[in-house]
Amino acid sequence: MWAALRCVVMRDLTLAMRRRADVLTTLFFFVIVVSLFPLGVGPEMDTLRLMGPGVVWVAALLASMLSLGRLFSGDYIDGTLEHLVLAPQPLTVLVLGKIAAHWLVSGLPLVLIAPLLGLQYGLSTDALWVLVLSLILGTPVLSLIGAVGAALTLGLRGGGVLVSLLVLPLYIPVLIFGAGAVDAQVTGLGPQAHLSLLGAFLVPALVFAPWAAGWALRISLE
Amino acid sequence: MNWGSAGEFFAMGGYAFYVWGSFGVTALFLLVEVIMVVHRKRTIVQRLGRRMRMQAEVKQ
Amino acid sequence: MAVGQINWFKFSSPATFYPLAGKLIPYFTALAVVLTVVGLYLGFFVAPTDYKQGEGYRIIFIHVPAAWMSMLIYIVMAAYAGMGLVFNTRLSSLMASALAPTGALFTFLALWTGALWGKPMWGAWWVWDARLTSELILLFLYIGFMSLKAAIDDPRRAAPASGLLAIIGVINVPIIYKSVEWWNTLHQGATIKSSGTSMETTMLTAMLVMTFAMWMYTVAVVLTRVRCEILEAERDTEWVAAELSKSS
Repeated sequence: MWAALRCVVMRDLTLAMRRRADVLTTLFFFVIVVSLFPLGVGPEMDTLRLMGPGVVWVAALLASMLSLGRLFSGDYIDGTLEHLVLAPQPLTVLVLGKIAAHWLVSGLPLVLIAPLLGLQYGLSTDALWVLVLSLILGTPVLSLIGAVGAALTLGLRGGGVLVSLLVLPLYIPVLIFGAGAVDAQVTGLGPQAHLSLLGAFLVPALVFAPWAAGWALRISLE
Repeated sequence: MNWGSAGEFFAMGGYAFYVWGSFGVTALFLLVEVIMVVHRKRTIVQRLGRRMRMQAEVKQ
Repeated sequence: MAVGQINWFKFSSPATFYPLAGKLIPYFTALAVVLTVVGLYLGFFVAPTDYKQGEGYRIIFIHVPAAWMSMLIYIVMAAYAGMGLVFNTRLSSLMASALAPTGALFTFLALWTGALWGKPMWGAWWVWDARLTSELILLFLYIGFMSLKAAIDDPRRAAPASGLLAIIGVINVPIIYKSVEWWNTLHQGATIKSSGTSMETTMLTAMLVMTFAMWMYTVAVVLTRVRCEILEAERDTEWVAAELSKSS
């Protein structure tokens, strides 16, 4: 089972490395969205410091949603997905591998670049650490929930817009506690409660989301 | 009894716009939903009936 | 138990459910009309004026029932969707999709009346209060369910896919509600109780009667809609042909 998991992860990472432009597009989208907000609301540092965590988190939500289309569609078009569904290894594990690879390619870069964007909003060093920590805990949840949406909308016309309708409402708790953690750090309340709740979202999502996504894939491929 | 006259009833103690705006829109939307559902039922029955007759003719 | 089992399977077949629903619809319609008349009478003529909110409070006689119905319908919809997924019964999937538009309508009405109630009471059309925000998210969930259903052409795929989505949604609703509530208390923006004062019995009665009226309305409309869905799904069967030649 571990071998199958590793195999899927390595395969997807290799494929992603061959098409680096796709990875960079998501990243640049994230950077551009975050950089647009000061142009819209004005450069007052006090306002920006208040908005910063929320803006970075909303942009992360949108960026991770944008990349969902790539999660299964390539394998769906070339028929690999049908083989994965028919494979003797449990589908849940294979799907988990695909989600993990997807997060490494599209979630992790967001986490790494976030402190740089936080600086644009005048966040303190402590707040930046909390931002990174909250994104590390939160973005996997986004990928996991998003995988179910991506599997449900597989191969549908207008699937990209549809997946946002399905998935964004479900992202709301992650957004609240992710941005809330940084807010709590800034206002001096301490981010522990928010971060542990994010962790509490991650564990059931890790268990149930790959299973639900596998089920959704079976429905979509039938 | 809360109201001295019909005018008082419709004025709703100065909240006429809000109260009748709520009740009116609710009544309107529920009515529209009923009409739409009944209309849908009728068109489906008509369409399927026509389809059935057409298939019967094709068979003959 | 044998009798119960037979009935269960008998009525879960579209062919028997279709005429049964047709017979039940007039009763539910009549109940809805009577309860609405009684509820409106209680709400407007029996329930006294609120000493704090004046006559404007009478909006709650539709706001609260609509909000309750919006949540109840989502839960019932998810339950039918779950039954459709587990037992693979066609009728439950059809019921789930017949419930969605009415549920979305009540969610919209709860938001609309909430805004009209909030303007005179809070001084704003929209307040980021935990309940209103959750209601808005519930509307998004309904819209997602209906769009997914509409986007898939093949009904054999549309039913289980939207069913799975409804179940994921119903698991998430409490989580979303709790997090919105927490977010709301942290930002201490609108900590307003919609009816902090103890409610008079007549007011509560009027609200409950209106809730039952909307419930009966929902049953009547949803049964009519599910009859449409049944006809479309089963149009090539013999019983539909018999049914059609009977009605024409």
